Amino acid sequence: MSETEANPLREAIAGAIAEKEVLLFMKGTPEAPMCGFSARTVATLEAHEATFFSVDVLPDPRIREELSAISNWPTIPQLFVKGELVGGCDIITEMADTGELATVLGVKAPAQPAPKAPETVQAPPLTIGDATAE
Amino acid sequence: MSLDPLPVLNDPSPDELRERIEAAIPGSRVTEADGDGHHFRVTVISDSFEGVSRINRHRTINEIFEGELGGRIHALSISCQTSEEAK
Repeated sequence: MSETEANPLREAIAGAIAEKEVLLFMKGTPEAPMCGFSARTVATLEAHEATFFSVDVLPDPRIREELSAISNWPTIPQLFVKGELVGGCDIITEMADTGELATVLGVKAPAQPAPKAPETVQAPPLTIGDATAE
Repeated sequence: MSLDPLPVLNDPSPDELRERIEAAIPGSRVTEADGDGHHFRVTVISDSFEGVSRINRHRTINEIFEGELGGRIHALSISCQTSEEAK
């Protein structure tokens, strides 16, 4: 497939990245993460009480292919803030430990360190198509 | 119709990851390399990370294993530090 061909999926992903202040591409949903790395990243964001949107990459492998082509990042999850890739699970966890994540998110650092493996995730799932998006 | 046998790839080992990282980043030291053949964790110390964002530090490591992450190397946890940060 040529790079210059119209690519609606890639455009939709790029559009979501540009539009949403905090956007997490993950496996599964915040309420039902399908991978430990995605679960830990969601838990870290929630510990910061950050408002974020999420996209589940599992329903269609092309989402992940196009996302990685845009971001030059091979793995999931991927957290974008203000249109920029902040990192995957390792970087988010490190930044939470140092307090940098709160700065990037524009929130107060949580009093407690981020939980490593939450049993439940409290917030409702958000998707790009969520009616509360605007 | 018969298919040619697929090339056999050994499961990657922590030592293989260590050697490839240290070969790819001259002067680097891999101070931690653990893994079960599929999930790995490495800590890489190199002063070449000075002034480089976390994202781009990780990209340096990801590029070494390009095409293998998510496949032969199912998951790789990475921590990149300068020698000053590692103190």
